[in-house]
Amino acid sequence: MAVRKNQANLTATEKRNFVNALLELKRTGVYDGFVRTHNEFIMSDRDDSDRVGHRSPSFLPWHRRFLIQFEQELQKVDSSVTLPYWDWTADRTAGASIFGADFMGGNGRSRDAQVTTGPFAYSTGKWNINVSVDNRPFLQREIGASGTLPTRAQVDAVLAMPVYDTAPWNSASEGSFRNYLEGWRGAGRVHNSVHVWMGGQMATGVSPNDPVFWLHHAHIDKLWSDWQRMHPSSAYLPAAGTADVVDLNDTMRPWNNVTPAQMLNHSTYYTYA
Amino acid sequence: MSSNVSRRVVLRGTAAATAGVALLATGARAADHTGHTMDHTGHGGHGTGPMAFDEVYKGRRIVGKPATSGHEAHHGGFAVTIDGQELHVMQNADGTWISVINHYQVFDQPLALTRAGVDALRGATLVPIAMN
Repeated sequence: MAVRKNQANLTATEKRNFVNALLELKRTGVYDGFVRTHNEFIMSDRDDSDRVGHRSPSFLPWHRRFLIQFEQELQKVDSSVTLPYWDWTADRTAGASIFGADFMGGNGRSRDAQVTTGPFAYSTGKWNINVSVDNRPFLQREIGASGTLPTRAQVDAVLAMPVYDTAPWNSASEGSFRNYLEGWRGAGRVHNSVHVWMGGQMATGVSPNDPVFWLHHAHIDKLWSDWQRMHPSSAYLPAAGTADVVDLNDTMRPWNNVTPAQMLNHSTYYTYA
Repeated sequence: MSSNVSRRVVLRGTAAATAGVALLATGARAADHTGHTMDHTGHGGHGTGPMAFDEVYKGRRIVGKPATSGHEAHHGGFAVTIDGQELHVMQNADGTWISVINHYQVFDQPLALTRAGVDALRGATLVPIAMN
């Protein structure tokens, strides 16, 4: 059974294996395919039309499926690798070990926001940005320049919400665990504000260019899992017959063979430590 | 250079006039879609519609106006360019705005959103993203 661990608890070997698997997927082009897919959904998911990956009930099962697929690609490179998660309620400074040169690398430099330390620095020649909104070929970060990381109290307030999602099933949904975790509503703007806090590509539609994306979303996925355990009688909503969004037993693009119902239990794929 | 400056002044006047048109157009659209009324409580200013603009910000020509063709027009939308290159923008259900550059942070108006995009670009050029 694959176990996803808190990145703060990884051994030096586990960090190295994860980084090396990322670099291999980057080298073969598999990595950039994930960046492209994510951005296509970012640009087409709208509050007033068909929406699957974001601002809609399937935000959580879509990203769960997306991460499982990515994790399986990592495991083709190194079967020992699982996605670590980044608990930004605990590790919340640019000096935290997650940003060490042996793992995700550090903040961007002031002149051009270019990341110059760690395995994803442009100077390594191994991490060129190919799927981009502009003509800069290097990874960028502006950690802490905009926004603040959500606090544990803010996360706990969202986890206490008993209803999975509410009409109008988009970024305006009130009283919706999904929308408050996604961060279009609620104190801390949980998921969204982490993207903003990182800056650089993480703040954009091509956010998976920064490998921190996977650690952030693994944590969001873990929070959904925690919520499911806290609210065993709360179901995925909507159940059926809802325009423009993915109901419980509808299939999700781009796979077209997986439903939210099939993503509710992740224990056949991985567990969290 | 001076002729360039005066052209900007003229364009700014045009932008203001266009903004007025945009206001009227937005009002008409809202009236047509009575089933899509939005609650703007607590979101003061969002109900007035996006303000058109045409200015130079940090040396970049930024233009925003109601979309008349292309993808954005299908969503009753608003088109933004930075030095002539399209910046993909989107209006949220509550009237706020995001772009492909500032995707996880909302802005009340496209102008502030576009200026934030220029800030993030630090002089870089927008490029179209190949869609499958």
